[in-house]
Amino acid sequence: MLTFLNQHGSDLLIKTWEQLYISTIALILGIIVAVPLGIILTRFSKTAKIVIAIASMLQTVPSLALLALMIPLFGIGKIPAVIALFIYSLLPILRNTYIGMHDVDPILKDSAKGMGMTAFQSIMQVEIPMATPVIMAGIRLSAVYVIAWATLASYIGAGGLGDLIFNGLNLFKPDLIIGGTIPVTLLALIVDFGLGRLEQQMTPAAIK
Amino acid sequence: MTHYLTFDHVSKLYRGGNKAVDDISFTVDQGEFICLIGTSGSGKTTTMRMINRMITPTQGSITLAGEDLANVDPVKLRRRIGYVIQNIGLMPHMTIQDNITIVPKLLKWSPEKRHTKALELLKLVEMPATFLDRYPSQLSGGQQQRIGVIRALAAGQDIILMDEPFGALDPITREALQDLVKQLQSELGKTIIFVTHDMDEALKLASRIAIMDNGQIIQMGTPNEILRNPANQFVEDLIGHERLIEAKPNVETVGQIMLKSPVAITPGKSLVDAIRLMRQRRVDTLLVVDENRHLKGLVDIENIDHHYKDATSVSDIMTTQVSYVNEKDLVRDTIERILKRGWKYVPVVNDDHQLVGIVTRTALVDVVYDAVWGDTDEPDTQSEQ
Ligand SMILES: Nc1ncnc2c1ncn2[C@@H]1O[C@H](COP(=O)(O)OP(=O)(O)OP(=O)(O)O)[C@@H](O)[C@H]1O
Ligand SMILES: [Mg+2]
Repeated sequence: MLTFLNQHGSDLLIKTWEQLYISTIALILGIIVAVPLGIILTRFSKTAKIVIAIASMLQTVPSLALLALMIPLFGIGKIPAVIALFIYSLLPILRNTYIGMHDVDPILKDSAKGMGMTAFQSIMQVEIPMATPVIMAGIRLSAVYVIAWATLASYIGAGGLGDLIFNGLNLFKPDLIIGGTIPVTLLALIVDFGLGRLEQQMTPAAIK
Repeated sequence: MTHYLTFDHVSKLYRGGNKAVDDISFTVDQGEFICLIGTSGSGKTTTMRMINRMITPTQGSITLAGEDLANVDPVKLRRRIGYVIQNIGLMPHMTIQDNITIVPKLLKWSPEKRHTKALELLKLVEMPATFLDRYPSQLSGGQQQRIGVIRALAAGQDIILMDEPFGALDPITREALQDLVKQLQSELGKTIIFVTHDMDEALKLASRIAIMDNGQIIQMGTPNEILRNPANQFVEDLIGHERLIEAKPNVETVGQIMLKSPVAITPGKSLVDAIRLMRQRRVDTLLVVDENRHLKGLVDIENIDHHYKDATSVSDIMTTQVSYVNEKDLVRDTIERILKRGWKYVPVVNDDHQLVGIVTRTALVDVVYDAVWGDTDEPDTQSEQ
């Protein structure tokens, strides 16, 4: 263990950082796109079904295939990896945002409108706060997926802990495999925990 | 004359040709309390929601305070119309203070002004200031709906729409809230449009009731008008037989059933005069009034019998503690007093405390008779034998 850390310690840190960095950017992009999209879709329920169906289809493309597809389009390196992970992150966030917003009690929406809120004010002041727990659950789910799949990104030269694991596989060095896998798991757990705390913070006290 | 609110041949058609509201016209003046009542699906909610443009009429026009609603920005319109719904619609994620001041906030009031307003309104419904920081889920249903009511007043709205606001509350809480709304309405001079299923509620609250069926207004009038002259069988059924019977004595005032020439005497007259008058009119009591006919007291034959030796004038022996009723009092409210206490009659006064008549037990017989037999002129005499 100690020898492993001596040998690969700094490498491990760099690779973990890379993994986190790729995942975070992909996730943030996912949130930026999927949350507003999910909200907009609640205003167009017919289009919503189509868009969510497309997102579900993208989700079923095997991750390695999706990564491989990125190469002809965007070459190799971090950018194609981020794009692929971003695509993966979309569906859970999109679906949860849509469901969360859609399921806000119609009475509250009616009440907000009846008091003279504009559609935008109703979304910002009533619907998003009420839908926060569901939206956050989608974001957490995406975060865990993205962190796990970011491992595969090393295949297209994006770095990350996948480098250690695949090296281990190639060189038959189990300690590298384990040494790469544990941090991935830990990272996913920690991020999930952190987002859980954030969700608690963001959820209005009364609707927890 | 222009009215505060006017519906002019308004209809609402839903897709599929369903006429939710069918060519209704009516007017409402400022400060009125209008109850819309009718069967389920008769178009009450639709009618009400067209006032704040939550629903747009298919035909016809609605004017509020001189403006044609079709030309008014719906968002701005809604901010000056209070809106209370059955399910209360308090925002679970906002504190009571934030809930109360949603509209003031939309109108960009300063936080201090909003806080002051929330406090003031809370005081109005006798709730402690500590409630401001609570969340709706920490309040009982009745308390929540109280907040729902004051929320509709927070921005000084002149007109308030209420859609079955107390339908889900227990009878006692409901009654308390009805009293509250009625009191706020008359004190603050608000115009209220109130949808209800409950005839008792409508009779209690409304200055006028609009009875709806099948998208149309079948009858609109004061509770008394509707009780006295139901437009048709439908209205009678809606009111219910029981209430129609009860209503008979309810609608009459004491002035309508009193005898108008009571036997009266002035305090300065002698006892001899009093006895002579009694004998002449064959009565055993005399009401005592001054020269302006203000009711002063009463003398009866027993008083005179006891005191004719040591007293000279009526004023010496009259009883000044006399029970009386006002001519504007409803018979309903006095009938029990008269019957239970066994009085032979009660003097009736006007607002200036002048004697105008008496109500006798015999007069009440007619009232009770009418109540029992309704409008039929004569009961079937054969069945009486
Ligand atoms: N959005 C809608 N689309 C189609 N029809 C509707 C719609 N809203 C209401 N209606 C119909 O319009 C009619 C009147 O409805 P409304 O809600 O005004 O009735 P209501 O008198 O308030 O009834 P309730 O006492 O049950 O609340 C009903 O037949 C109802 O089914
Ligand atoms: Mg209704």
